[in-house]
Amino acid sequence: MTAVSLSDVTFSYGDVPVVDGVSLDVPEGEFLGLVGPNGSGKSTLLTLMLGLRRPTRGEVRLFDRPAHDFSDGERVAYVAQDATDAARDMPVTVREVVRMGRYPRNLFGRFSADDREAVASALDRVDIADLADRRVGALSGGQRQRVFVARALAAEADLLALDEPTVALDAESREAFYDLLGDLNEQGMTVVLVEHDIGVVTARASRIACLNKRLYFHGDTDDFADSDALAAAYGSNQRVLDHDHGHGHHHDHGHDHDPALSHSDARDEPEDES
Amino acid sequence: MTDPVALAATNLLAVDFSAAGSLAPLLVADAFTGIFDWFLTAVVGGVFSWLAGVTGLDFLGYPYMQRAYLSVLCIGVVGPLVGSFLVYRDLSMVGDTLAHTAFAGVALALFLDATLGLAVPPLLGALVVAVVAALVVQALIEYTDARSDAALAMVLTGGFALGSVLISLTGGGISVGINQYLFGSLATVSRADVGLLVSMGLVVVGSVAVAYRPLVYVTFDETAARASRLHVRAVNTLLSILTAFVVVSAMRIMGVILVAALLVVPVVTASRLGRSFKQSLLYGVLAGELAGVAGVTVAYLYGLAAGGSIVLVALAGFVAVAAGHRLT
Repeated sequence: MTAVSLSDVTFSYGDVPVVDGVSLDVPEGEFLGLVGPNGSGKSTLLTLMLGLRRPTRGEVRLFDRPAHDFSDGERVAYVAQDATDAARDMPVTVREVVRMGRYPRNLFGRFSADDREAVASALDRVDIADLADRRVGALSGGQRQRVFVARALAAEADLLALDEPTVALDAESREAFYDLLGDLNEQGMTVVLVEHDIGVVTARASRIACLNKRLYFHGDTDDFADSDALAAAYGSNQRVLDHDHGHGHHHDHGHDHDPALSHSDARDEPEDES
Repeated sequence: MTDPVALAATNLLAVDFSAAGSLAPLLVADAFTGIFDWFLTAVVGGVFSWLAGVTGLDFLGYPYMQRAYLSVLCIGVVGPLVGSFLVYRDLSMVGDTLAHTAFAGVALALFLDATLGLAVPPLLGALVVAVVAALVVQALIEYTDARSDAALAMVLTGGFALGSVLISLTGGGISVGINQYLFGSLATVSRADVGLLVSMGLVVVGSVAVAYRPLVYVTFDETAARASRLHVRAVNTLLSILTAFVVVSAMRIMGVILVAALLVVPVVTASRLGRSFKQSLLYGVLAGELAGVAGVTVAYLYGLAAGGSIVLVALAGFVAVAAGHRLT
């Protein structure tokens, strides 16, 4: 069965296309790494996959349902890029966050033994059971990311979508975190990971999709290294940058100056805060 | 023991009460009014008279002070309870915005009364306008490019501007009555106001208890909540309406300008104390109660403005907690 299916998906803000004519399938059990330069529309593509946005053109299907119409919330877990920001200030314990994973299944009723069991085993699975009563804001970046994964495990989600989860982590916790994702994938969870660090993705993911508005590559990880997709995708972006802003050093994956993305940011924020 | 001024105010505002009662669904039944009257005189009056006897503080026996205390006890619960779902989403200004638009509602009601002779209870006007404003704010944030703080600032000032223009249209004749809405007052809290506050309080506490999980999820991680197919828009609408309820029911004692403080200050104070969200809710309510009771007492003893005293006490509590936190 296909977890996510995109056919000829285009998404634009006004006249500015952010994602252009992307078609790809994510079969269940796959670990898909979504790479591309900053501003390439990979975060937008992830939200399109989850049905959080509707494409301007084309169709997105999530577990064989139109994504915008999909209603089995517990099957989908999403760790947004800014998810950890919110976690910093709010007084909330690890257990409270992991319990949220059960909310799509049980929003108003009493927590059953199953619910409690799922929360406990999720905490165990990612090795944070001893932190259960700690405040999330007091944790390290790596521990905090594990909390979000535990929330997905508590939901017993089939699809885990993460948007650059390790940006703020040191190399060691990053390695450990990706090991964890690899393990979960081996146990059958479908993972879609947006990541700018190509080395990390190619080491873990089973398939790679390389995006810069258009899809430059989609295939097995091994073939990705041999292809010239990387140069093509990143190179074209650099030309855009040179042309528009006159500074095009983009190899450091630093801050983004792509007009398409800064526009998308401006649109994103009010939506997210509403 | 009975304060003649308060009695007169009660008689004067009895009309207000029945009008509000016929329009606010919770106060519809006469039976409810009867039960509430009994509650106010027998239970609340009894408790406070006993307290007055034990402590020797005579003012605890005055009915209007009892109403003031009962009011702040309610506000102390509902303010932080609703505010907790606003503060952590950077929506602290929502309460202030709705309070200022509620002022337009009060002005509108007084304006209709003065010009057309339509007797609209001012608090009903405030409630209707504040709920409409809550929905407008949400639409502005959702459907336009306006950032939420800019949208809030526009609605806040727009509401207040409308209110001030409506007042000036009546030639200043109603501006006397406006003052008590702007700054709040202890002495003018009527049985109707307390009735409104208590019933709103029950609605707010009940709603938060039922919708606690969606509220927490959306507060903590709105995008993930949407991905999990929670009805985020419905949750946001509920929160806006609850906020409107809180500011409108509390503005008689706190005043339009200050009413939002109890949505924010106790919550921020508690954010340093609680570890879990539930704990911080509890501490927030505790901080709100302490600020309310201490503020009203100080206001009475020294003849100060009630709303201002409550807010200053709440802020002092915040400073004390922050300082204590730094020292330990």
